[in-house]
Amino acid sequence: MLAIVVLCFITAISLLFFGNYIKKNAAFGLTFLPLAGFVYFLSKLPQITNGNIVTESYNWVPSLGIQLTFRLDGLSLLFALLITGIGTLVFAYTSNYLKENDHLDRFYGYLSVFMAAMLGLVLSDNLISLFVFWELTSISSFFLIGFKNSSATSRKSALRALTVTGLGGLFLLAGALTFGTIADTYSFQEILNGSIDFTQHPLYSLLLLFIFGAAFTKSAQFPFHFWLPGAMEAPTPVSTYLHSATMVKAGIYLLLRFSPVLGQHEYWQLTLITIGGITMIYAAFHTLFRTDLKGILAYSTIAALGIMVFLIGIGTELALTAALTFIVVHALYKATLFLVTGTIDHEAKTRDVTQLAGLRKVLLPVAIAGFLAAFSNAGIPPFSGFIGKDLIYEAGLHSFQPVLLIVVAVITNVLLAYAGYLVGIKPFIGKLPEKFEKIHLPSPLLWFPPLLLAVLGLLFGIVPKLLVSLVNPALQETFIGANLVQLKLWHGFNLVLLLSLVTIISGLLLFYFLKPNNDLTKFIVQFQTISPLGIFEKIGILMTKVSLLWTNFFQNGFLRNYVLTIILVISFLIGYNLFFNAKFLWDFSTILSVTNYEIGILSVMLVAILFTVFTSSRLTAVASLGVVGYAICLLFVFYSAPDLAMTQFTIDTLTVILFVLVLYRLPKYLKLSENKKRIRDGFVALVFGGLITILSLEVIQEPMNNETGKFYAENAYLLAKGKNVVNVVLVDFRGIDTLVEITVLAIAAIGVFGLLKLRIRNN
Amino acid sequence: MEILLAFLIGILYASGIYMMLRRSLVKLIIGIILLGNGANLLIFLLGRITKDKPPIIPEHSKVFLDGFADPVPQALILTAIVISFGLQAFAIILIKRAYKVAKTDDLDQMNTTDEYA
Repeated sequence: MLAIVVLCFITAISLLFFGNYIKKNAAFGLTFLPLAGFVYFLSKLPQITNGNIVTESYNWVPSLGIQLTFRLDGLSLLFALLITGIGTLVFAYTSNYLKENDHLDRFYGYLSVFMAAMLGLVLSDNLISLFVFWELTSISSFFLIGFKNSSATSRKSALRALTVTGLGGLFLLAGALTFGTIADTYSFQEILNGSIDFTQHPLYSLLLLFIFGAAFTKSAQFPFHFWLPGAMEAPTPVSTYLHSATMVKAGIYLLLRFSPVLGQHEYWQLTLITIGGITMIYAAFHTLFRTDLKGILAYSTIAALGIMVFLIGIGTELALTAALTFIVVHALYKATLFLVTGTIDHEAKTRDVTQLAGLRKVLLPVAIAGFLAAFSNAGIPPFSGFIGKDLIYEAGLHSFQPVLLIVVAVITNVLLAYAGYLVGIKPFIGKLPEKFEKIHLPSPLLWFPPLLLAVLGLLFGIVPKLLVSLVNPALQETFIGANLVQLKLWHGFNLVLLLSLVTIISGLLLFYFLKPNNDLTKFIVQFQTISPLGIFEKIGILMTKVSLLWTNFFQNGFLRNYVLTIILVISFLIGYNLFFNAKFLWDFSTILSVTNYEIGILSVMLVAILFTVFTSSRLTAVASLGVVGYAICLLFVFYSAPDLAMTQFTIDTLTVILFVLVLYRLPKYLKLSENKKRIRDGFVALVFGGLITILSLEVIQEPMNNETGKFYAENAYLLAKGKNVVNVVLVDFRGIDTLVEITVLAIAAIGVFGLLKLRIRNN
Repeated sequence: MEILLAFLIGILYASGIYMMLRRSLVKLIIGIILLGNGANLLIFLLGRITKDKPPIIPEHSKVFLDGFADPVPQALILTAIVISFGLQAFAIILIKRAYKVAKTDDLDQMNTTDEYA
């Protein structure tokens, strides 16, 4: 398994180097990548059906407890087969669909990364690696949606999708970390088999928030659904693969995975049923107002995802069986419809359902695929869609709130049936418009994949055993102690059959009487400002404005304002601390022992400082600055620091010389500020100086611990054979630090040299 | 003396900050130098000052026989003085250069980044 995931990544990277060759000569050959995966996973099917689990483990970041553990169980296998199976068809389809595109290699690169990430996601046992793969799917989806990067809408949609799903990714990370903290492991298997009952844990609702936040954004649940219709900007193979069959089901996968751990609790059930219910009704109604084939499919996909969430919420054995069956069935017919749409778009150059008609005459195999998929979608027996729909109704009937849930389910399904007819049938019936007469049947690559999927949809319905072999192992992982799944096409005459008939026929009636037109689209667009999309966009604009204000306020380009802000903040912090902790027990008696020459030096310094600050001559200021330095030098002499005195003397002299050397090249010493500002700055400066004084007075009252100093003093000669302790510290004990310091000085010297020698051309 | 020094340090800090808040580049540098002196003295004071006992081991002895001034703050300050010289030298030359190019000493007129390439 690891090998397959790695192989996909390697393929993606190698496309960087061999992309040009491959896109011209061997694009179709890339199909063997997903095909190999599909065959591999299919070969594991018997093993998994017998209840075995395949595990591969690789230590990734052992210090953080992150393993790259790949675990193939029933649920993973179901998804892995979908990913590689539909992947194979999409890879093949793309090789013709985007044949003329200059960036076909890039496209395949993104697609391979996506496939690797998606496989990693469903195979990961470790929650952290699950998160990493989850984010990778979001990122590759971003690149694929924005594939037509010359179109502004594409870029905007890509960014929007990334924002929403990326936000969800953060929720997932938070959830994974919370799980890790509670269970002390990141392994899902250990969490599942551990003794902790998460539904009784005090952090249960927080865990739910994190997992739901991740699942709802990824699986486009209301109110986060709006990125998915935008994602239809991507080329149709991408919409088929990522935004219908696989990636958007990652959220569903997450919910199914955590169902045995977090499920069977009131919060879990009510939230999922409510959100799923709202999503399915809301999105299903939206299909009525669309004329773009992909728009219709986008909303019907959102509705289907809503149904899955809804079923997981009900959470009974029957409901989970229904959810898993529906995942397979839905993937089959929805992918078909998407591919059919792609072919129509490719040949007829339009996706507007109001213009399309009669295409069966020129695109017969595509029309067959479309019809089959539409029938499966509507739940007409003996298509697999019928089994899926049956199970949904049965799960609804056996839940705690049968009437309400069934009504919601039936309305949604009627609307979805209508949407299916619209996409799968409408373009092919009626009279062929003149402008489409020149269309010829394209390469089999554009009609065989959808046809194959559609036929599979029929086959799975006629031989439900095939469906069982996929669904049963998955159910064992999602519902503890589940019985063997029994799927049948014919249940006899009962309420469920009646509901199915009602659905099929109402859908047909709707299809017959309701003609899609652009006025309906215009009508719904009016409500965009109050829709979740509108609100999301407004939040985005608001945040831009706030950050602009924020930046202009703090990063205003005036150095002294930055200094002022820093000083004020430090003043506040020091002042706050001193206010609460200072003791003010200052011993003023020592002041009597101050000698005359000390007073003399201090006075000289004070005068020199005042001169430096208030003089209007550069020369005076620089000279006074020198005096201040020499006075400090004397202080060092009095207080047992001869080395400091020498250094200070040298450096101070050098600085003054340097200043004087360039003095006449320097600007005039002007007073630029207004008086008001000078007073304000003076006040701030005095407050800060005062705080420093208080701080030092406080500190010198405290006892001093100079263990380090003693160590150096005692060992200076014994260990380092030097008698001047300060020197020994600098060149021996902390020799490396001094070396770095010399390096810094050397860099400064190079900088000075460079600045002096630099010639700037005047033009 | 410690108390007087504490006040002196406060004054050095205050004058340094005040100068740094001016619009003139030259004053900014002078402010930084004053602030640096204040900081050095602060470290010196907080390491406790001792009269007439430099941290130098007497001749014919391997260890201190008497009290001695703490060598650690002195080592720190020595480093600080040297490093601040590097900064000052660079800044002074930079001002000279900036003035030559931008023909102004007013920081408020130098706050656009892209004009002087």
